[in-house]
Amino acid sequence: MAGSGTAHLRPGVERSLVVDDLVVEFRVAAGTVHAVSGLNLDLVPGETLGILGESGCGKSSAGRAVMQLPPPTSGTVRLGDNDLTGLKPRAMRRARARMQLVLQDPVSALNPRRKVKDLVVEGLEIWGWGDRHRDTYVDELLVSVGLDPETVREKRPHELSGGQCQRVCIARSLALDPDVLICDEPVSSLDVSVQAQILNLLEQARARFGLSMVFIAHDVAVVKNISDRVLVMYLGKTCEVLPSADLENAALHPYTRLLLASVPSETDAEQALDPARGGAEMTELPSPLDPPSGCRFRTRCPLATERCAAEEPQLREFRPGQFVACHHPEPPVEE
Amino acid sequence: MSTHLLEVVDLRTVFHTARGDVRAVDGVSFSLAAGETLGLVGESGSGKSVLGRSVMGLISNSAMTTVSGQVLLEGTDVHALKPSARRRLWGPEIAMVFQDPMTSLNPVKRVGTHLTETLRRHLRCSRSEATERAVDLLRQVGIPEPARRLAQYPHELSGGMRQRVVIATALACDPRLLIADEPTTALDVTVQKQILDLLGSLVVERDMAMLLVSHDLGAVAGRTDRVQVMYAGRTVESGRTRPVFAAPEHPYTEALLASIPQLSHPPHTVLRAIEGNPPDMARPPLGCRFASRCSRVGEECTAVLPALSVVPSPVAADAAARAVACHHPVLPEPVAMEEVGHGR
Repeated sequence: MAGSGTAHLRPGVERSLVVDDLVVEFRVAAGTVHAVSGLNLDLVPGETLGILGESGCGKSSAGRAVMQLPPPTSGTVRLGDNDLTGLKPRAMRRARARMQLVLQDPVSALNPRRKVKDLVVEGLEIWGWGDRHRDTYVDELLVSVGLDPETVREKRPHELSGGQCQRVCIARSLALDPDVLICDEPVSSLDVSVQAQILNLLEQARARFGLSMVFIAHDVAVVKNISDRVLVMYLGKTCEVLPSADLENAALHPYTRLLLASVPSETDAEQALDPARGGAEMTELPSPLDPPSGCRFRTRCPLATERCAAEEPQLREFRPGQFVACHHPEPPVEE
Repeated sequence: MSTHLLEVVDLRTVFHTARGDVRAVDGVSFSLAAGETLGLVGESGSGKSVLGRSVMGLISNSAMTTVSGQVLLEGTDVHALKPSARRRLWGPEIAMVFQDPMTSLNPVKRVGTHLTETLRRHLRCSRSEATERAVDLLRQVGIPEPARRLAQYPHELSGGMRQRVVIATALACDPRLLIADEPTTALDVTVQKQILDLLGSLVVERDMAMLLVSHDLGAVAGRTDRVQVMYAGRTVESGRTRPVFAAPEHPYTEALLASIPQLSHPPHTVLRAIEGNPPDMARPPLGCRFASRCSRVGEECTAVLPALSVVPSPVAADAAARAVACHHPVLPEPVAMEEVGHGR
C-alpha cells in the first residue's frame, strides 16, 4: 500500500481545495520523521472527504499542513484560486480565512478566559468583515449550532460540557462563512450520544452553509457515515481512495481490509478462539523515522512479495471512483 | 454462600465534595462466576469506572468517601478487610488493567522489574525463578523476544506492547478476577482487536472471571457473556449480551445503540442522537435519572425512581435473566421475545 499517485484527482471540474504532493517532515535528534510523504487530494464544492487512518499515519499532520499550521515541507495547497503555499504570510492569512479547522479537544481549543459571545466572533473581529450587527450575528450562529443564546452567551468554556464546547468551536469556525472546513477527530473525545449530535450538526452545517469538508478520524463507521469519498492513509502515504458507500464491501487494499476486520463485531469472541486464525499475533506500525522501502504496508501485509519491497505501488483506478495503491489488491469478499 | 466468585450487593460509592455528596455509584448489584465475562457499559460519568475501582477496593471508606453495600469475593467482604489484608488480595485474587498503559507503568523501572517485583512479593520465589516466569508471562501475552524486553523501559515500547506488559503484570499471580477498565481505549483499532482477543483467550485458558468496563458498545458486544448498562450511577438494564443488544428494553439502551454510526448503514444516515446531557450527580433528579432525555417519559417517571426488576422469563430461575429499571420499557417484538425466552 502506502503508495503515491494522482490518478484519483479530478482536474476537469471546479474544486474548492487542491492539495498537490504534500510532504511534511520533522527534524528530530534521531533523524527525520516522514509524517506525510506525497499526499494528493482534491475537494469539489459540497463534498466531504474522509481521511481514515491509525495514530501515526500522518492524517493530523496532513490536516494541519493544509491549514499551513505549520506550512508543509513541500507541496502546494490551492484554496479556490489562491495558492496558499506561494503567498506572503499576511496575504496567506487573509486567504486562509476561507478555510477553518475544528479540533479534537474542544475544551482546550477555546480560550478559557473569554465568554462564548466573544469566542464565536473572534475571527470577525480580526478581519473586520462587513458591518453585520454583532449581537444578532452571535445569536444566529449559536442557534445554528443548536445552542440557546440566552443560556450560553455569557458563559465561559469551563461552564459548558464537551459537546457544548464543540458546538461553540463549530459556530466559531462558521462565523467567517468559510468554503472549506477541516475537522480533525472532532468527535473522538465525546461520548457516543453526544458524538451523534455533533455528526448530525456537521451534516446540517454543510448543507446550510454550502461547505466542503475534510473529515479526519480513526473510526471507520464514523468516517463512512459522514463522507462521500474516503481516503485511507498509512505511514504518510495513500492506500486507497473510494466512495464511502463501497467502503464496507468493496475495499481492495489489504490495509483497508485490516481496518474493516478490526471493527468490533458480535462474533469476535468465537473468532478469537478459532485456532485457524492464529491467535493473538502482534503487528505494529514501523517507525516513521525509517519507513520501509517500496510499499510502506508490506511489513504487516499478508500478501507482501519481493516486488512490494522493491517497487512503490501507484494509485490505479480499479472501478469508477475507486483507486488502490497495491501490487496485489485483495478481491472484495463475496457476502 | 453461592457458586459465584464475585457477588456485589447494593454497592454505593459516595464522594463528599464541596458541592455536596456525589453519588457516583448508587445501589448496584451483580454477580460473576469463574470463566464468565461481564461487560459494564455506560457513558462518561455513569459511574462504571468508580464501580470497577470500588469492587477492587481501590476506592474504600475514607474522610472523603463512603462505600456501603457488600463486595463478596468468594464470600469475603473486600471492604470489611483491613487495608493490609485487602492488599494481599490484589494480585492472587483480583487484578486490574487500566486504560492508559503509559501511566500504569513506572517510567524509571524496566519491564522486567514490574513483573519480577510482583512475582517475588506475592509468590515469594527466588530472583531467577521470577525472571523465568516473567519471560514466560511475556510470551503468553504475545510479546516477541520476551527475554530482551525485560531489560527495556516502558518508553521504548509501543502503546499496544505496553498494554500487553500491563496485562502480563496483572496476570503474574494468577488472579481469579480480572477487572479491565477501558483496556483498549488508548489504542489503535487494529491493536485494540489484538488486545481484546488476548484478554478473551486468557479468560478461557485460566478460567478467570473478567469485568470489562468500557464505553465502547461494539467491543463489549462481541466479548462478553452478560452486560450491565449503567446510567448516572445506576444499572438501567442487564442480561445476556446478545439479547440486550438485539432487543434493548430500556429506552436509554435503545437510544444509545441507535446513536452509534453503523458500517452497514449508507453514508449520510441521520443518527438518532440523545438530546440533552446526563444529570449532575451532586443533585440527581427525584425520579428516573434518564427522564429528562427519554422519549417514553410519563408522569410517574419524574416522581418515582424505577427499581431494577427482572423481566418474566419462561426459563425458571435464570440468573442471567433480563432486568430493566423502567416504568415504560420498550416492548420486545415477538421474534426478539422468542430469542430472549431461549436465553441465547
